[in-house]
Amino acid sequence: MTSGAAEPADCVAANEWICAEYVRTRGPELAEATVQHVWITVTSVGIALLVAFPLALAARRWRAAAGPVLGLTTVLYTIPSLAMFALLLPVLGLSAAVVVTGLVLYSLTLLVRNILAGLAGVPGEAREAARGMGYGPARLLFGVELPLALPGILAGVRIATVSAVSLTTVGAIVGYGGLGNLIYSGMNSLFKPEVLTASALCVVLAVGFDVALLALQRLLTPWTPGRPRRPGGLRARLRGRARLGKAA
Amino acid sequence: MGVLAETWAWLTDGAHWSGAGGVWQRLGEHLVLTGLCLAVACAVALPLALWLGHIGRGGALAVNLSNAGRAVPTFAVLVLLTLTPLSEYGMLPTVIALVLFAVPPLLTNAYVGMREADRDVVEAARGMGMSAGQLLWRTELPLAYPFIMTGLRSAAVQIVATATLAALPGGGGLGRLITAGFRLYDTAQVVAGAVLVASLALAVEGLLVLLDRVCDPMRGRTRAARAASPSAPPLKAAL
Repeated sequence: MTSGAAEPADCVAANEWICAEYVRTRGPELAEATVQHVWITVTSVGIALLVAFPLALAARRWRAAAGPVLGLTTVLYTIPSLAMFALLLPVLGLSAAVVVTGLVLYSLTLLVRNILAGLAGVPGEAREAARGMGYGPARLLFGVELPLALPGILAGVRIATVSAVSLTTVGAIVGYGGLGNLIYSGMNSLFKPEVLTASALCVVLAVGFDVALLALQRLLTPWTPGRPRRPGGLRARLRGRARLGKAA
Repeated sequence: MGVLAETWAWLTDGAHWSGAGGVWQRLGEHLVLTGLCLAVACAVALPLALWLGHIGRGGALAVNLSNAGRAVPTFAVLVLLTLTPLSEYGMLPTVIALVLFAVPPLLTNAYVGMREADRDVVEAARGMGMSAGQLLWRTELPLAYPFIMTGLRSAAVQIVATATLAALPGGGGLGRLITAGFRLYDTAQVVAGAVLVASLALAVEGLLVLLDRVCDPMRGRTRAARAASPSAPPLKAAL
């Protein structure tokens, strides 16, 4: 169908999967969707982090709170994304708040678990030493425990962010799905390059966030080795990843 | 709360449950699709994971697969597959997408379970003269059981969720009630559909937790050993 390189615009008309002409002519639309995707993801994980910290600290401080907090976040996590957005619709109306709130609720599960695990992994000796040096509870938390728990917490942030990038696409049902909006409209008009380009950009975004957060972790915790290579390191990593992570 | 009352009215109206496109039909579609895809995913992932775990190879595959499963949006894969010529074969694109997203949790968990099986116990069993088959069936599998069940549970919940999304590109299932509600600007139907979908997901999760307890090969034995195994989602952070 294409008559060589002389007629590059043909691939839009021919509805070909890979089409440079589509990317060139719809640049602004793609950029706008990407920007929406990024701010929905970043806002959601940011808010989730702000909510997860007090929840995790409460669950650690009062044993009685741990069960309900973990149980409730797990139940929320089981609810499929389309149903979650649909349930939030009458409360929040057709707005970006529906998508952001849904993603906050999903990220909470991952973050609360990882913050608790990170804090539980702080060596008792470090805690005792800080207490012996006269550290109060607040200084102990922010000066000793949180920095030591940071690798575990950031691992949770990475999983939550990558999941959020993927789940944001479902927000297209209420019109705030970032790149998902393009997938949705491409689905309705059977426009292949739009669907493939938006999907590929989603994966690029997810990988980009993952790499950036890994770099941030290396920067913030220069004392940890580049790759965890303790005995059973791979197994421990696998176990952590095994159950967590939500795709739909 | 007007919406709550309307949703209740929608759910208690028998006309919405029976007939073509009614709740019963959509629920049936959802369950058949979920069962079929879970069976296919198990048939693909479990033998492979057990074999890889048994010979102790493929750890990188297990990690990368679960990472990829998280980074690729299910909605995108569903739509991409529906736009291929595969869509001429009815539900096939949906089935492929559902199986694709159910394989990573099954494979990764089963693989980890096999590798986590206490090596000393496995070595002792080997020393007792167990054959490779006996080793697998009588030692490694029972030890890996909690992990395999965790994988089965996340895969099932994942399939229920993805099957809901399949309604967007025109598939069946309970998600259809939600998408149809959006098209009709019928908030009560949207919320009613969402309540049904959420209930189904929680019921499937609950049922599999029960199944886990009933089928547990270590039932009633050594509580201490079970305490260390992740029947509940593991708290260990992923590094």
